[in-house]
Amino acid sequence: MSAAPIELPRWVDLVLVPMLAVVAAFFVAGLVVLAIGENPLQATALLLRGALGSGEGIGFTLYYATNFIFTGLAVAVAYHAGLFNIGGEGQATLGGLGAALVCLNLEGLPGWLLAPLGILASAAFGAAWALIPAYLQAKRGSHIVITTIMFNMLASALIVYLLVNVMGRAGSMAPETRPFPAASHIPFMHVVLQGLGFPVPASPLNLSFVLALAMAVLMWVVIWRTRLGYAIRTVGANPTAAVYAGIPIARITVIAMLISGALAGLVAVNEIMGVQERLLLEFTAGAGFIGIAVALMGRSHPLGIVLASILFGVLYQGGTELAFERPAITRDMIVTISGLVILFAGALDGIFRRPLAQFFARRKGA
Amino acid sequence: MTGRPPAIALAGIDKRFGEVHANKAVDLVVAAGSIHGIVGENGAGKSTLMSILYGFYEADAGEIRVAGRPVNIRAPREAIAAGIGMVHQHFMLVEPLTVLDNVMLGAEGGALLAGGARRLRAELDRLGRDYGLVIDPDAIVGDLPVGLQQRVEILKALVRGADILILDEPTAVLTPEEADALFRLLKILASEGKTVILITHKLREIMAVTDMVSVMRRGEMVATVPTSGTSPSQLAELMVGRRVLLRVDKAPASPGAVRLAAEGMTVRDGQGTPRVDNVSLSLRGGEIVGIAGIAGNGQSELLEALAGMRPLAAGRILVDGTPLAADELDPHKLRGRGLLHVPEDRLRMGLVPPFEACESAILGFQQEDRYGSGVIMDRAGVVADTAKKMEDYDVRPRAPLLKTAKFSGGNQQKLVLAREIERQPRVLLVGQPTRGVDIGAIEFIHRRLVALRDEGVAVLLVSVELEEIMALSDRIVVMCGGRITGERRPQDTDERDLGLLMAGVDERAEAA
Amino acid sequence: MDWLSTGIAVFDSGVRLAVPLLFACLAGLWSERSGVVDIGLEGKMLVAAFAGAAAAHATGNAWAGLGAGILVSTAFALVHGFAAISQRGNQIVSGVAVNMLAVGLTALVGNAWYKQGGRTPPLEGAARFEPITLPGADAIRGVPIVGPLYADVISGHTVLVYIAVLATVLTAWVLARTRFGLRLRAVGENPAAVDTAGISVMGLRYTAVVLAGVLCGLGGAYLSVAQAAGFLTQMTAGKGFIALAALIFAKWRAWPALATCLLFGLLDAVSIRLQGVVVPGIGQVPVQAIQALPYALTVVLLAGFIGRAIPPRASGLPYVKER
Repeated sequence: MSAAPIELPRWVDLVLVPMLAVVAAFFVAGLVVLAIGENPLQATALLLRGALGSGEGIGFTLYYATNFIFTGLAVAVAYHAGLFNIGGEGQATLGGLGAALVCLNLEGLPGWLLAPLGILASAAFGAAWALIPAYLQAKRGSHIVITTIMFNMLASALIVYLLVNVMGRAGSMAPETRPFPAASHIPFMHVVLQGLGFPVPASPLNLSFVLALAMAVLMWVVIWRTRLGYAIRTVGANPTAAVYAGIPIARITVIAMLISGALAGLVAVNEIMGVQERLLLEFTAGAGFIGIAVALMGRSHPLGIVLASILFGVLYQGGTELAFERPAITRDMIVTISGLVILFAGALDGIFRRPLAQFFARRKGA
Repeated sequence: MTGRPPAIALAGIDKRFGEVHANKAVDLVVAAGSIHGIVGENGAGKSTLMSILYGFYEADAGEIRVAGRPVNIRAPREAIAAGIGMVHQHFMLVEPLTVLDNVMLGAEGGALLAGGARRLRAELDRLGRDYGLVIDPDAIVGDLPVGLQQRVEILKALVRGADILILDEPTAVLTPEEADALFRLLKILASEGKTVILITHKLREIMAVTDMVSVMRRGEMVATVPTSGTSPSQLAELMVGRRVLLRVDKAPASPGAVRLAAEGMTVRDGQGTPRVDNVSLSLRGGEIVGIAGIAGNGQSELLEALAGMRPLAAGRILVDGTPLAADELDPHKLRGRGLLHVPEDRLRMGLVPPFEACESAILGFQQEDRYGSGVIMDRAGVVADTAKKMEDYDVRPRAPLLKTAKFSGGNQQKLVLAREIERQPRVLLVGQPTRGVDIGAIEFIHRRLVALRDEGVAVLLVSVELEEIMALSDRIVVMCGGRITGERRPQDTDERDLGLLMAGVDERAEAA
Repeated sequence: MDWLSTGIAVFDSGVRLAVPLLFACLAGLWSERSGVVDIGLEGKMLVAAFAGAAAAHATGNAWAGLGAGILVSTAFALVHGFAAISQRGNQIVSGVAVNMLAVGLTALVGNAWYKQGGRTPPLEGAARFEPITLPGADAIRGVPIVGPLYADVISGHTVLVYIAVLATVLTAWVLARTRFGLRLRAVGENPAAVDTAGISVMGLRYTAVVLAGVLCGLGGAYLSVAQAAGFLTQMTAGKGFIALAALIFAKWRAWPALATCLLFGLLDAVSIRLQGVVVPGIGQVPVQAIQALPYALTVVLLAGFIGRAIPPRASGLPYVKER
């Protein structure tokens, strides 16, 4: 997907380079903060306090991180197969549709059945939205980056249409569905922990976070411990070797994208079934794109993705609090920093890698 | 020749690409108005040397003089300014553009195209008349046959007023008639005082058109002689070198039944050019058949097609006498029938460089039951299996978890061999088994291959190393231009004879 | 004659809606014909729209706004160029980054400066581009069909609309008729051929990327300083992606780009017109379907079911000399 890799020691590649990218992103963001007349150090302190300074803050941080874990894993799975899935946003949106269709139409079912069905529907609809771009890439060579961009736009048009014209709440102007039955609700973490005897402050954090962590573990198992993962990584790392090994590239491409789309679709479990309890517009809030930043920073490894997601969760939650304290620094700061992280970690990483490679080569030579 | 200074004088040109020493202190003097051939095997450093002269690469050391003047050529622009034109082996053409556009590129003669286009049309017209290089200036280059595309390349150089014309393997893509026409043109150009440098590995061409010939071998310039004072056999010897012959102790073969056969097999590349052209051959149990040839003459495609990696355009493949159906021509299915494959390019095909060694060590066999049950892989089993292979094949370091790319070439190759041989193949396809492998490992690999033959395995060996072919094969098949140009028994042939066959010349057939 | 005046009105608004698409599409055309894939058209237009509105507001001069929009957009283009050309980084990733940065920065800075939820204050008078009445427009308005067509659809736009048409003409002409155009067409297909012809691959690609920046700057400034009277957060609303779709549809050519952008602009105008309209037998017209049409058509085109859209061969690939 890019030019020849630059050989670096493993820890430099996995830890130092992403860290430098984050540092560079924060440095530039700090300059922006200065430029709008605020104090970046003070802003950072406020941000950290907002995200981590209270139990409630931590709950919010992890609630945001949940979305990013899903979309980050989605980007990473596709990336392991050599595919760039920019369509997380659209796949997540469709996941919401799947959840809504199940929760609104199977109202009578008990919660132990309804909630899992909703989760499955989220994943299935997300996967289905990835299927066509995947198929066109695998069989007709249509560039998946462009098709997934187009599918993002199609998804947002589709959801607007459905919410305005078909599924909208009767008698309401707001483009949203009626509330889901209580049975479909994904329990809040503070409720669950309370029940187990650990009282924690209330926050939107719900069991989806556990699902996200489970997905991270599952992705690790699938990618590194199964035959399918072996095939996916071979197709991504060396397609010629995949041909040599008799691995069906087209099929693996489609499967990897289905998994990717399903993971992105799970954003709906956290947002729609866990918190909003109704389908509404733009519930994804850019999580699909943050997933790219998270996957790049986490070097497509589940552990890295979880850590990077928590970092972005801190940014989201801390940024919200910061915007409250310092109205000049709005939550758009987060989007800016995400953009900078994507830039430094994914497109300009050469500015760190090349000098580092020289440094380590020289040290080895000496 | 007059008293003109040499058109080109290179002194001490040196170039390294990482580990590869492509040019070792090369000297070369090319007389003005001559046709000067440069021959050598693939990888001898000919193309690198010419790319340095054309400014495409910069030399690490050395001096270039053009017409007596020292010049500093750091970019093609400076080579063009010095009057050097080059026809690259892989044409530097922009296919969706017209002939005129391609010729004009870089020689537009002004910010607007109209004026330059008018002038160049006239010029193309003149060149067409003077040299017989007729071409439709408005044709789309991508639609032209390769012979005409090459004509565009030559016209590009002439239009720029090149005094020195370098042609890199120009006849590789030409029919014999087209090649003859090209040679006539080169002679005319030389008679007009232009200097031609012809890079080729075809000795017949050297003998036919050049005045002088230089021979390169493994990055060094080993000889420059007048063409009239040499012979193809002497050149073949110079090219290949008098190497210490490898001796592999082996008993006479006792071939059994035919296990693998190709009948009238044709393989085309993505552009539709036949790379393997109507080839038939058979391979028996208990014999090693060596395929000799200069790289790029269809051996690789032959090997890959037999392994099920490339579709056949014509012909069929038979395993144990039964023809394969189209859907059986699949690497995975063939592996199941005991047809295993050590690919030519281990890094591009045989291994996955970023994978752990133990993962590369099961490539192609990842579905086997012994590596796991159901969807989950038995990682401990895979690691143990690899550790055993590393022990048996002396792969160093014995580290199944180390990244594949971190092993040396020889150890990577042993890993591939261990993976394929250990399966008790019925047929083993082997490509370049010792490329980039150290001496110790070469011996080890050779002994393994002979041992396999003695166990009754049918081995097909593709190698560009003639001595390897000579040392291992029970039968030698030579390919040139996608076709089989001859078959020899090792005891009845020598490197000179094979070298001529590889260049498409069969002395024995001609003598008969 | 009500249908006629409706038609004229829809055409008129179709032209207005097509203009930003056209600027962005031509920007993509320059960049991708040189071999640099640009999915950051959206972001560049957005920063230009903001910078344009901010500068126009500060100076009270629409032209100053235009200049600022072009400058800022070009700066972003150079970031992308540096990543794609000099650093040989991933061009898609870089484009995504540009888009996100644009969304974040414009809203952040807009809010910090104006405290109006990311909006700039409304532009008035000379701070906006005003419609121009072409000569004779009022005189022939009375002539049936041709009159209103000339007076309302062709005449009566801001100067940027005419610049967009001019940019199309210039793009087509420069590509086909000039030395720079020839070299640019060549470098996107086979940079090695350009290199061996003694021409700088980097120089050509940077020039193309800067041109893309300038054109996105025009498109962005049009949105905030001509079409609207100020900047709104995310006011590009996917226009950069529709432009990308149009570029594919136009097969990377200037005149088809004009036609496609007009078509897409018209579709947009129609969908706005049909908002809430109930057609007997069908019910309410699904305007989103019309808005989504460009994306759907592009996917169908990419799938190769209606012709083939083949991008410049070297697009997306950093140029590295072969060993």
